Amino acid sequence: MELVCPAGTPAALRSAVAAGAHTVYCGYADDTNARNFPGLNFSREEMEQAIAHAHAQGAKVLVAINTFPRAGDAAPWHAAIAHAAAAGADAVILADTGLLAHVAEHHPGLRRHLSVQAAAANPDAINFYAEAFGVKRVVLPRVLSVQEITAINREIDVETEVFVFGGLCVMAEGRCSLSSYATGLSPNMNGVCSPASHVSYDEEGGELAARLGGFTIHRSGRDEPAPYPTLCKGCFTSRERTGYVFEDPSSLDASQLIPQLSKAGVSALKIEGRQRSRAYVSQVVRAFRAATDALEAGRPIPPGTLSALTEGQSATTGAYAKTWR
Amino acid sequence: MQLTVGPTQFFWRGEAWRDFYARLADEAPVDRVVLGELVCSKRLPFYQTEIPQAVERLQAAGKQVVLTSLALITLKRERKLMADLADMGLEVEINDLTALAYLPKGTAFSVGPLINTYNEGTAAWMHKRGAARICLPPELPLASVRAITAASLAPVEVWGWGRLPLAISGRCYHARLHDRTKDNCQFICDADPDGREVETLDGQDFLAVNGVQTLSAACANAAYQVPALRDAGVSSLRLSPQSEGFAELCGDFRALLDGRITAGELSQRALPHAPGGTYCDGFLTGDTGAAWSQAGRESA
Amino acid sequence: MPPTSAPIPLAPRPLALGLRALPLFPLAAPLSLLMRRLIAAHPGLITRLGAHGSCRFAIDPIDLPLVLLLQPEVERITVHRRPPPDADTRIAGPLAALLGLVHGTWDGDALFFSRDLVIEGDTGAALALRNAIDDAELDLAAEIAALSGPMRGRLEPLIALAERVTHLPLRRAEGV
Repeated sequence: MELVCPAGTPAALRSAVAAGAHTVYCGYADDTNARNFPGLNFSREEMEQAIAHAHAQGAKVLVAINTFPRAGDAAPWHAAIAHAAAAGADAVILADTGLLAHVAEHHPGLRRHLSVQAAAANPDAINFYAEAFGVKRVVLPRVLSVQEITAINREIDVETEVFVFGGLCVMAEGRCSLSSYATGLSPNMNGVCSPASHVSYDEEGGELAARLGGFTIHRSGRDEPAPYPTLCKGCFTSRERTGYVFEDPSSLDASQLIPQLSKAGVSALKIEGRQRSRAYVSQVVRAFRAATDALEAGRPIPPGTLSALTEGQSATTGAYAKTWR
Repeated sequence: MQLTVGPTQFFWRGEAWRDFYARLADEAPVDRVVLGELVCSKRLPFYQTEIPQAVERLQAAGKQVVLTSLALITLKRERKLMADLADMGLEVEINDLTALAYLPKGTAFSVGPLINTYNEGTAAWMHKRGAARICLPPELPLASVRAITAASLAPVEVWGWGRLPLAISGRCYHARLHDRTKDNCQFICDADPDGREVETLDGQDFLAVNGVQTLSAACANAAYQVPALRDAGVSSLRLSPQSEGFAELCGDFRALLDGRITAGELSQRALPHAPGGTYCDGFLTGDTGAAWSQAGRESA
Repeated sequence: MPPTSAPIPLAPRPLALGLRALPLFPLAAPLSLLMRRLIAAHPGLITRLGAHGSCRFAIDPIDLPLVLLLQPEVERITVHRRPPPDADTRIAGPLAALLGLVHGTWDGDALFFSRDLVIEGDTGAALALRNAIDDAELDLAAEIAALSGPMRGRLEPLIALAERVTHLPLRRAEGV
């Protein structure tokens, strides 16, 4: 089972490789990738060095170019693709239909993975991307149960990659405009969700109010955990109910489901968190590498030790269990 | 500029559904009507038998009728529905790319607002595949609308009215608000014919839930943007159904496009029935989607 | 790397007491010198900050009687008593958390989720600084030792000893 690990910086990439990542994914420092956060990502030169370093250590590098090109200005996206191809990236991760068509036509030898941002959630959609654009691997949306993943793999010829750890999108990825509704910046167009530039924290009467674009997303008491004000994990009121209307501020930990996912025909396990530090990357990658090694050796998966790294310091298996819905 | 009525996003059972489309056929001066189930396949059996009659009545009234695909297709049953849709003999509007797999190459189809057409590259690919019309995602700013419209060989439509479809999920929020799972939802989303409001802890109107869908609390209203959209070459406006006063609203938009009333008059007349009771048009020209270009002005 | 569930240690009381009694202004010059050295050795610190380089960052170790004001663009650090000086963003937490962030001992988001770290003001600037520092793989002890010239050989074992005694992450974490 291939372990696909996040790197927001060259240092994090080296940490991931050192901790046992089979594959690392990363992106350029602009709005061509879906983690376009301040201080993150790779310059052209850093990308070349990172790919060389990973290859020398026997690891692969996937370059995420998974936002949707700006209308009338596709040049930065095309340039990013051309650079990734020239730098020797093992694959590019794409979401936009037009961009997939562009790569299939102009870089036919460059391996194409379908980003989770394309939200291909069933065999028909996956086969469509495989036939139309020669996609070799699909990152499955986080809305599917293990049963459904098993069924999908029976009907497709391409590889599947699933998220096993990290921040959890409640909505179908790539099909959510909540962030731009509140802030003007969105994952699809700007590569950011609930961007830090629009976050404010205010101490109010012993509570910490977290706001996004002026909308109050959360209030926490003095000693409660403080979630980042990600829109879909906010605390809201709907008539008589107040609470987490969309999702509790927890994050995904599917480490105990790895044997089931393997049985379901999944080729690769993905860890979320390009925006996280190298301390996070190294600790999570090490734990998951131990888990995949245990799987290969037929041993039980070691119990989780990563709860402190998760949002709200609690974890869920998300949609993999059908009751989540 | 033409007017298209989008598929209702909400769950209206048999009679309400039938009455809505009957009035639309008889009274609404619109060019095109997209109908069918967009949000949740579990709702379809409650009005499915009404569809053929509605299609007939709308067509008899001179309107083009188009059938929508679901917005998120995961179950086998839902894939089967898409196959059936392709066999109905009407134009299909795809709102999940899955539906394309069931349309024979060369079949004309339209592209709905929930397909990610963010640029001219995607628009060109869709046109080559048979797209006869493309409704852009509501999130796009005017500059993008302009660039895509300039390059697109297929006519372009823009979201003109109604609560904005902001997200779709595998999880049902209506069921969650009632401590139920999606599989045991008991069709509770029918209690809110225009969606259920979600406010912030400080009482700000923010969002609305509609089953597995999340909408804006405010009602999008592109009336003030019509000159700019016309100038950009946009060929139609999409009006999204609401439970009250919708045929009148269609008439008001027709009057606006014909120059018989102003954007201010339309906005004032339509406000009492606008879901949420507030407007937004910020995705096109504002700083945020929730922004309203007339905020602080008298006519708003 | 310590287990993530371990509590964040507090700065030793004698250090806090000493800093309360002594004047702070002599600290500014060596700290600014250290900053200039770090920036020269790690130019990525400035490029990753981008437009946030001109921001004023208040670094507030809550268990010490002082606040640092970082101005990356002019390569200056000044030292202040509370209340914290006017800044674009304030990053507050125990000294150990702040040092651990620099040294890759702890994850910034995790410290934030647990409220060990508090951010006020421009969150984007704080994030940029955190990411820039994380990529630079800094080792403050090594840099200070290098600054001390001929004293270096004697300083290094002292730092190692101080780390063991205080449990503060004074050096870069290994294997991160």
